[in-house]
Formats: sequence, C-alpha cells, structure tokens
Amino acid sequence: MDNLLSIVTFLPALAALILAVFLRGSDAAANRNAKWVALIATALTFLVSLFILAEFDPANTGFQFVEERAWVAGLKYKMGVDGISVLFVLLTTFMMPLVIAASWNVETRVKEYMIAFLLLETLMLGVFMALDLVLFYVFFEAGLIPMFLIIGIWGGANRIYASFKFFLYTFLGSVLMLVAMVAMYADAGTTDIPTLLTHQFGSETFSLFGMQIVGGMQTLLFLAFFASLAVKMPMWPVHTWLPDAHVQAPTAGSVVLAAILLKMGGYGFLRFSLPMFPIASDLLAPMVFWLSAIAIVYTSLVALVQEDMKKLIAYSSVAHMGYVTMGIFAANQQGVDGAIFQMISHGFISGALFLCVGVIYDRMHTREIDAYGGLVNRMPAYALIFMFFTMANVGLPGTSGFIGEFLVLMGIFQVNTWVAVVAASGVIFSACYALWLYRRVMLGDLIKESLKTIRDMTSREKAIFAPLVVMTLLLGVYPALVTDIIGPSVEALVSNIDTALAHAPAAGMTASH
Amino acid sequence: MIQADLNTIAPEIILSIYAMVALVGAVYTGKDKIAGPLVWLTAGLFVLLAAWIGLGSGGTHDAFGGMFKDDAFARFAKVTILVSGAAVLVMGQDYMSRRNLLRFEYPVLVSLSVVGMMMMVSAGDLMALYMGLELQSLALYVVASLRRDSVRSTEAGMKYFVLGALSSGLLLYGASLTYGYAGTTLFSGIIDAASGNAPLGLLFGLVFVTAGLAFKVSAVPFHMWTPDVYEGAPTPITAFFATAPKMAAMALLARVLHDAFGGVVGDWQQIIALMAVLSMFLGAVAAIGQTNIKRLMAYSSIAHMGFALMGLAAGTAFGVQALLIYMVIYVTMNVGTFAFILTMERDGEPVTDIASLNLFARAHPGRAMAVLFLMFSLAGVPPFLGFFGKFYVLRAAYDAGLGWLAVAGVIASVIGAFYYLRIVYYMYFGEEGAHLDTNKSPILWGFLVATAAVMLIGSAWMFGVEGAAEAAAATLVN
Repeated sequence: MDNLLSIVTFLPALAALILAVFLRGSDAAANRNAKWVALIATALTFLVSLFILAEFDPANTGFQFVEERAWVAGLKYKMGVDGISVLFVLLTTFMMPLVIAASWNVETRVKEYMIAFLLLETLMLGVFMALDLVLFYVFFEAGLIPMFLIIGIWGGANRIYASFKFFLYTFLGSVLMLVAMVAMYADAGTTDIPTLLTHQFGSETFSLFGMQIVGGMQTLLFLAFFASLAVKMPMWPVHTWLPDAHVQAPTAGSVVLAAILLKMGGYGFLRFSLPMFPIASDLLAPMVFWLSAIAIVYTSLVALVQEDMKKLIAYSSVAHMGYVTMGIFAANQQGVDGAIFQMISHGFISGALFLCVGVIYDRMHTREIDAYGGLVNRMPAYALIFMFFTMANVGLPGTSGFIGEFLVLMGIFQVNTWVAVVAASGVIFSACYALWLYRRVMLGDLIKESLKTIRDMTSREKAIFAPLVVMTLLLGVYPALVTDIIGPSVEALVSNIDTALAHAPAAGMTASH
Repeated sequence: MIQADLNTIAPEIILSIYAMVALVGAVYTGKDKIAGPLVWLTAGLFVLLAAWIGLGSGGTHDAFGGMFKDDAFARFAKVTILVSGAAVLVMGQDYMSRRNLLRFEYPVLVSLSVVGMMMMVSAGDLMALYMGLELQSLALYVVASLRRDSVRSTEAGMKYFVLGALSSGLLLYGASLTYGYAGTTLFSGIIDAASGNAPLGLLFGLVFVTAGLAFKVSAVPFHMWTPDVYEGAPTPITAFFATAPKMAAMALLARVLHDAFGGVVGDWQQIIALMAVLSMFLGAVAAIGQTNIKRLMAYSSIAHMGFALMGLAAGTAFGVQALLIYMVIYVTMNVGTFAFILTMERDGEPVTDIASLNLFARAHPGRAMAVLFLMFSLAGVPPFLGFFGKFYVLRAAYDAGLGWLAVAGVIASVIGAFYYLRIVYYMYFGEEGAHLDTNKSPILWGFLVATAAVMLIGSAWMFGVEGAAEAAAATLVN
C-alpha cells in the first residue's frame, strides 16, 4: 500500500467524477442514487483511512506513508502524515459520512451538492497530508471553490453576501501566505516541508521602508502566514466572516466548516508557523495570546446576545478556537497537546451542535431562538442529545471538551499567568450562553402553536448522532487515545523549538514572559 | 547567403504569398461566398506552419545581417500566435457568417497581421520591428471596423487607429533617439552602446520605445483604447485581439528589452514594474463595475498583462520563462472564455450583458462547469492552471528582489477575483430571468470544454510548455 494516502485523498474525488459523468437526470431516483454513491464513497474512504491509523507508528516522529512524485513548476507532489496530522485526516474521513447522511433531505441539485462535498473532502484531506508548500497551498485554496458554491447555491436568504465575504476574506489572507511561500522557496531553495522544518530562516533584525523588523525574515514570514491562518481559524478580529458563512450555509456546510475547515488554520500554525519560524513565534506569542484571550471573552459575550442559534454556535466556535491558538503558541507539551485535542474534540462537538440545529431547522425552517421553547415536551431524545453536546461544549468533565480546555489552560498558565486567568473566565461565559440557549429552546412549557406537532428525531438522525456521542464520551474518559498518538510528535516539535530558541540571538528571547 | 536568409524566413514568406494569392483569388472568384472555406484553409495553414516551426530544426539563425532572428524564443512565440490565431478563426466562422460579417478579406487580413506578428517576434533590428508592428497593426485596424454599418465597430476601428498611430509615433521617436545615440538600428549594436553608464539620450529612446510597445500590450497608462475596442469590435475579432497580438507584443517587448537594452536592466526594470503594478490594479478595480462581458474581459486582459509584465520586470531568464508560460496560459484561457462568449445569444442576437447568465448552470450544467473552471483559472485560484502562471511570475519577481511587486500583485488578484466570482455568481446563484438560447455549435463547445480541461490537467502536467519556455528564455537572456 505505497499509495495509501493518495488513495484516501482521491477516493472521494473519484466518486465525484463518477457522479458527474455517469449519473443522468434529476428525478427522485437519480437523487437517491447520488446520495447513496456519496455515502458509500465517504464511508469507504473512512474505512480505508483506518488502515492509516492501524499502521501508524506513534513512536516515529518523522513523516510516515510518504509518497513523492515530480510535479509541475519544479515542485513535488509529496504526501505524508505524522503524529500531528494523522488525527485530522481521520477526523475528516470520520465526519464526512455523517455530513452526507445529514444531507439526506436535500432536494435541489442533489448531484451537484454531493459532488461539491466529495471534492471538498478530497481537498481537505490533501491539506492535512501535503508535504510540499505549494501542494499545501493548492489544496488549502482550492477548498474555497466548493465551499463558495455550497454556501452560494444551497445557502439561506443572505447567501450571496456570505459566500462572497467568505471567499474574498479567506482569499486575501491566503495570497500573502503565497508570497511568503515564494520567499521561503527562494531562501531555502526547496518547497519540501520536511526539509524546511530543519531550515533556519534568518532572524536578524533589518530595516524595511524605515521600520526596524525585529526577528527579521522570520517575523515577516510569520505575519504573512498569520494573515492567512488567523482568518481561517478564525481569530478575533478577523472572525467576522465565520458567523455569516455559518448562518447562511446549509447544515452540512456548517458542520464541515466548523468541524474540519477551521482546523486547517490550527494545523497550519502547527505545521508552519511554530516549527519553521520559532523565533518569530516566540516574539509574537504575546500578541497571539492576547488576541486569543480577547476572542474568548469577547465572542463569548457576543454569543450571549445572539438570537440566531447558528450564529450563537458560530461565535462559540470562535471562542473555542481561541483556546487552540493560545495552546499552540504556549509551545509546551501540555499547550500543544491541548490545542490538538481541543481541535479534534471541537470537531465532534461543534459538528454535533450544528447538526442539532439542523434537526429542528429541518422541521420548522427557522433558527430564531424565540421561535422555540419547551421542545423537551415533545422531543425527549433530542433534548437529551442536545443537552449532552451543550455540556460537552461547556467543557464538562467526562466529555472531550473538558480535556482540551484543561490542557490548554495548564500549558498557558506556565507561560503567561494573566492570559490564563482571562481565558479561564471563558469557561464560565461558555456555560452562560450554552445553558441559556438550552433553557430558551428546550425547557419551559410548550406554548407555541407551531411546535405542538413537532416530531422527535428519526432513527436516521439518531444514527448520525450516535458515533459523535460515543467519540465525545470516549475521548472524555480516555484521552490517551489521542495523546498517545500525538504525544511523541508534539514532544519532538517542542524540543526542536526549544533548541532553536536556545541558539537564537538574545533579541528573540525577551518578549515572551 | 541569400539562400540561407530566405530559408530562415520561409514560413513568413509562405504566409505572405498565401495571403496575397487568397486575396486575388477571392476577388476573381466567389468573393464572400468562398470566405467560409478560406477561413478553414487559413486556419489549416496556420496549424501547419506552427507544426513546421515547432517541430523543425532547433538552433539559432540570423538572417539579413541580424535583422531577422530565428531562435527558440521566436519559435515559441510564433507557435503560440499561429495556434491561437487558428483557434480564433475557426471559432468565429459560424458567428460571422450568420451575421453576414464573413467577408473574404477577414482571413486575408488576419493572415497578414499574423505575418506582421511573426516578423515582430523575430525582429533583430528597429526597422524590422517597426515593419512587423505596422503590418500587424494596419491589418488589425481594418479588422476592428469590419462591421461597417455599425457605429460601435467603426468607432472601435477609429479609436484603435488614432491611438495606434500615436503609439507608433512614440515608438518611432524613441527609435530615432536610440539610433542617434547608438549609431545603429541593430539590436546587437544597441546593446553594446547601452551598457554600463548609457547616455541619457539612449535612455530617452528606451522610454519612448517602451511606451510605444506598452500601447500594444495595453499596459496602464497606455490602455485607454482597450475596453472600447474590445466592446465595439465583433466578438470573434475581439477574441483575436485578446490572444495572438498580445502574445506578439509581449514577446517583442521582451526581445527589445533583453536583446537591445539587456545591459541596462536596472533602468527599465522600474518602468516595467510600475506599469505592471498599475495594470494589475486598474484592471482589477475598473472591471468591478462592468456589466458587459467584453469590456470586462478587456479589463481582465489589462490586469493579466500586468502580471505578465511582472515576470518581465524581473529582468532574468527565469522572468522571461515565467512571462512566456504566463502568456501561453493567458491565451488558452482567453480562447476558452471567448468561445463561451461567442455562444452567448438570445433570439439569434449576441448578448454581452453578464446578467443574462442568470442560472445558466441550471440549463447547461456541463458548460457552466467549464466556464467555472476558466473563471477560477483567470482569477488565479488553485488548482487551476492560472494559479501556476501566477506562481511563476511571483517567483520571478521575488527572486529579482521585487518582493513589493509580488505583494501588490497578489492583492490586486484578490480584487480581481471579485468580478470573476460575479460571473460564477450569475451562473450558479442568480435569479430566474430570461435565459440564453442554446447555441449548440459543436466547435465552440469543443473549444470551451477542451480549454477548461486543460486548466485542470495542466495543473498536473503542463504539456511540455515549461521546458520549451525555459529553452526559449535561455536563448534570449544570457
């Protein structure tokens, strides 16, 4: 199985091609076929991706399953996974069948819808496996196209605005990263990521247009990557595209966005910013910390006053991503472990929450919180599941949400106590908005006339939630499942950074404490 | 001696003779009735010549004492010009004949302008340069106003002519200054004079020659004619304007700057970089308000010329390679896009309003997908080929120390992405409205799908263009 990663990556694209070429017509039968093809393809991809996990050796901190081929423009098509990326690959393949299953009610342009999601899966997987800078960029950017179409075609009332904002916002960030990649290519003479990880980028202070650039080239490269990855994360204050995109996207689009696409930002930080520009990371970490802390508090407060359920969860996502950036740039074992854990866990939890919204949206076609109330009376199973994921989102011990936040706070506390204090308050805020949402939607008496006939979850919906519940609980009570896999790679990453900082000129050392 | 010279220039001679024979022949036989076959014949000849030039023997030959150069660079440009010219001729044939525009002069004039372009890219002397340029331009002026009964078309031809004459004036002025200070019109002589501390007059000559040529590539601030001419000319002719002459003018600019002024790269680098950044931004910003797809493509081509100039501004062999690759990709994208624009019609009348594309994807999912590929490729979004073109020029610019230009370029490309997205928006998210008719021309459909496929396949394998461009650039810059 030399090409295991390529097989996993391009299996969904192959299914998309089959749909595009062979599926004719748009009647009910054709729609049903499209759904089944997509479901089978994504499920198959997940099964094949389990081979990666089975044969993955956590003790080996290098890249595994590496494939390499010549490509255009002197670049290489090179794929591989290490402890940091392998779980993102599995998160993607795990979520996609659920996403497709959750889209069973889509009736307009079903074939195109499934093609878009299948292509999106290929591109997302490629991002996590690419070991060539430009290959990474190609996957990273190309993912915008299907997402743009998903929001624009199948989205809500204000979908045009949201899709353009989504595309242009993320595109603007990314092109600066492209220039940085060109600069890295020029500096290191290669776009090979494993080689770049050992390359020392210059960190001598120089002046540019009359400004002193402390940290030199590393700072500029860091900022260019930051422009792209911070938007993708999204970090405050460049998060504003996310609530719009989430609200307007169809349920499945929101799930993919929250569960997987946002993780590309964090993954990018872990793959590029932190290991390749350690001195700049160290220098600019306080900025990242405070931006994250502001994000946690500010977006939690904003979430509190939302009237749209999806928007509330979107803001809550921004807050939770704040912990991730904080943990990454704490640059110690707990912080980085926690950040990765938080990303995986947030993938399950936020995905599930958006699916929860989708369940009642499918029935009532509104996401207004005020339109609901007392649903527990008619939807007990739904109330239970919503309760479970609300608690997981809050970070209740026993769920995976707790582990991630706890590890991150532990990591950041060692680096910057004040930021840790501010960030810890976010845990309380998240309890406020999440529980208040639950109270308004679920509890109380069922007085709204329109809700009197609402039905509880179907078995299809229950089946979608079941794996998410299992994963959230499993990771909550046995986090070693994740930390055992990421641990050695994170340890190597942290020790590389420490070595780089120890050899750095004194200017880079002062700022972080 | 003369035998060898004639051998070197044989393709141009054959094409010239063909054009004249076709002209005389058509006058004395069926006139416009044989225009259709003549178009196919001309296109066929273009392809044959392209194959001959492309597959023929390599090496560098100078003819007529260095006035005419046949090297890898010229051959690369010629093949691109001939192939795109043939494609555009074939694409426009049906459109022209249904609107009674298909006159026998059309293929003849296109042939003559292609001869001019082939002269241009092979020029080794200011005189040869001017001859080629004027032959090309005069033919194009006439073609632009081919639709004599249309005010728009006549206006387009007129504008093109007046501004073209002005640019020729600038060019001639620059050429005479250059001759005055260098004492020769041969590039090989000028490069000796223009090295180290070149005399100021020579630099003046350089500036004016560059300005004259910038008109032809429609780089800002010499771009004003482009939108009007693109809009006014019949669509097949607009398609021609957007492809072959752009390649020829860009190749000529590269040749003059490297062959004649290669010793003073630092002096022209700033000019080209400034034109590049202005073109990219103006092309991106001005297109936002356009609703006519032909005007939009005019601004789009201005922006793309900015990117191509970025490669040239690098002043290195790699920069020229990037320029050539960018131009080939640009020409391919434009052939595809214009193949689509040619199909846009309602009740037999051509439509150019982009709002008419409303929900095009619902009626024609396959074609809409092909246009989607082309639009994202024009915007430079990976994985499409347009991105790799941009990647090449960005690398060239950065490696030459023009990091600021690379940053400006990518920001302009984000602004530009907006209007390509808007076309996608109309096609996929638009509202119900009057639909476009289904023009089922298999030729246009074929070109559209083929170029769209190239956009995708090219991102995995560039059809050997990279190596050819590298060899071509190596012969120009050394």
